[in-house]
Amino acid sequence: MVEHRRFGNLLPHLVLLAGVIVVAFPVYLAIIASTHDNTVIANGQMPLYPGGHALETYWKTIVSGTGKTTRQPVGAMLLNSLIMAVGIAVGKIAISIISAYAIVFFNFRFRMTAFWTIFITLMLPVEVRIFPTYKITSDLHMLDSYSGLILPLIASATATLLFRQFFMTIPKELVEASKMDGAGPMKFFWDTLLPLSVTNIAALFVILFIYGWNQYLWPLLITTRDDMQTIVIGIKKIIDVHDALTEWSVAMATAVLAMLPPVAVVVLMQRLFVKGLIETEK
Amino acid sequence: MENRAIFSNRLLPYLLILPQLAISLIFFYWPAAQALWQSFLVQDAFGLSTEFVWFENYIDLLKTPEYYQAISITFVFSLLVVFFSLAIGLLLAVMANRNIAGVQIYRTFLIIPYAVAPAVASVLFIFMFQPGLGMIARLLQRNGIDWNPVLNGTHAMILIVIVAVWNQISYNFLFFLAGLQSIPKSVIEAAAIDGARPARRFWTIIFPLLSPTTFFLIVINITYAFFNTLGIIDTATGGGPNGATQTLVYKVFLDGKAGSDLGGSAAQSVILMIIVVVLTAIQFRYVEKKVHY
Repeated sequence: MVEHRRFGNLLPHLVLLAGVIVVAFPVYLAIIASTHDNTVIANGQMPLYPGGHALETYWKTIVSGTGKTTRQPVGAMLLNSLIMAVGIAVGKIAISIISAYAIVFFNFRFRMTAFWTIFITLMLPVEVRIFPTYKITSDLHMLDSYSGLILPLIASATATLLFRQFFMTIPKELVEASKMDGAGPMKFFWDTLLPLSVTNIAALFVILFIYGWNQYLWPLLITTRDDMQTIVIGIKKIIDVHDALTEWSVAMATAVLAMLPPVAVVVLMQRLFVKGLIETEK
Repeated sequence: MENRAIFSNRLLPYLLILPQLAISLIFFYWPAAQALWQSFLVQDAFGLSTEFVWFENYIDLLKTPEYYQAISITFVFSLLVVFFSLAIGLLLAVMANRNIAGVQIYRTFLIIPYAVAPAVASVLFIFMFQPGLGMIARLLQRNGIDWNPVLNGTHAMILIVIVAVWNQISYNFLFFLAGLQSIPKSVIEAAAIDGARPARRFWTIIFPLLSPTTFFLIVINITYAFFNTLGIIDTATGGGPNGATQTLVYKVFLDGKAGSDLGGSAAQSVILMIIVVVLTAIQFRYVEKKVHY
């Protein structure tokens, strides 16, 4: 860009290509393994090109389960993961957008108290308060339920802060014009604020969907029934069975299925993803 | 704090803020308070009587060698993860910031690890590093390295560091790239006119201008290495062998699951909470600075 380079752009291409190989190779290998027979994999003789057992493996993984272990088919786990991820994303967005609306556009007693109460939750990640949270969820009879999987994870200071920041950039005149037209606070919210927030909501949805789909610790603790398990938890149980019995083709097919939805979301909605990532962390 | 308090409605704002406050109180404040309270209590073996013991749980904790082992393991693990994930992320971002063809395609691949769950990333690498059948494990064994993360603590640590770095590259790459793109071209061109070679330009101009991003990422990556790697460790090594990969967070998880020492486990949680508070405070001080900058 600034000066003429002797070797052109060879170096950046080489470095980036190496980066892509490092990043993509484990994923590629998982896809390949899911198309081969177990015995080929177990011998360590798996080739680097696809085999002919893909249909069989995926059918076994998603629908029928396997005879060897008491493992559940993965189909139900995928559904649980989807419900959890969408529930967390929608729930977080819904409660944060209305609380940010209240904080920015209304004057009420304890406004600052409420703001700080929400803000401080940033400092309490689920990992450090895990067992007391488990106990409360259990006391509320929410173990092995979707509400138990979703509710404790949907309070988010980051989403509230993002909406608050965005709402502060909305010109006062817009609100006044809307008021002049006789709109009440809820009409303003639905007809003006929500349409303006669509891009932010979409960007946040992408980030939160991935966050929800990839949850590990919380679902691991509060689901005991097999039919409530998410796929990220399920995969551990597959390789957990005594090592020699691990059906690697099934394990890798499960890994591929567990990666597919979040990777698809990130790749297909790249622009929104980058926007969401950079803005929520600011 | 500025606000556009334009609507005057008595009940509505409370109703709007209620769901988030209720969830924060039930699932954040109450459990955190409980952990704090429990860390000052000792329960007998049958859970029949409880005694308030002030800081005894903390003192006991600081007397156990396992706790110091977990601290040093967390330190080593975090240092390696933060250093390598930042270095690789920065290198890739610098390369992607050159005007070359196909950057879009490279970027698409490089963001994939972000979308992969830590536990799933772990499984991908276990498959490659499994002694006997894994591709890389066989390669190492052929070259005379007796690779076995199940028995060798150092190997187990290397394994989880690799997974954690791989999982975090995308994040650092994207933030460094955004940081690099915000550096004015004119500054770099001025240095080039003064005769500074690319490497010199990088270390004397670009890298210092990038320092807010770097600092922000260091804090975020420490938080990541401390807290978000539990899925990786649980899937890949289970803290073993002999506690060689047992970080502070993972120890809280194991001790809490065993459930034998509620007070001690709560004390560990409280110490972690203090670490998060400090990290978050540093992060926000930095953000504040950037705003006034």
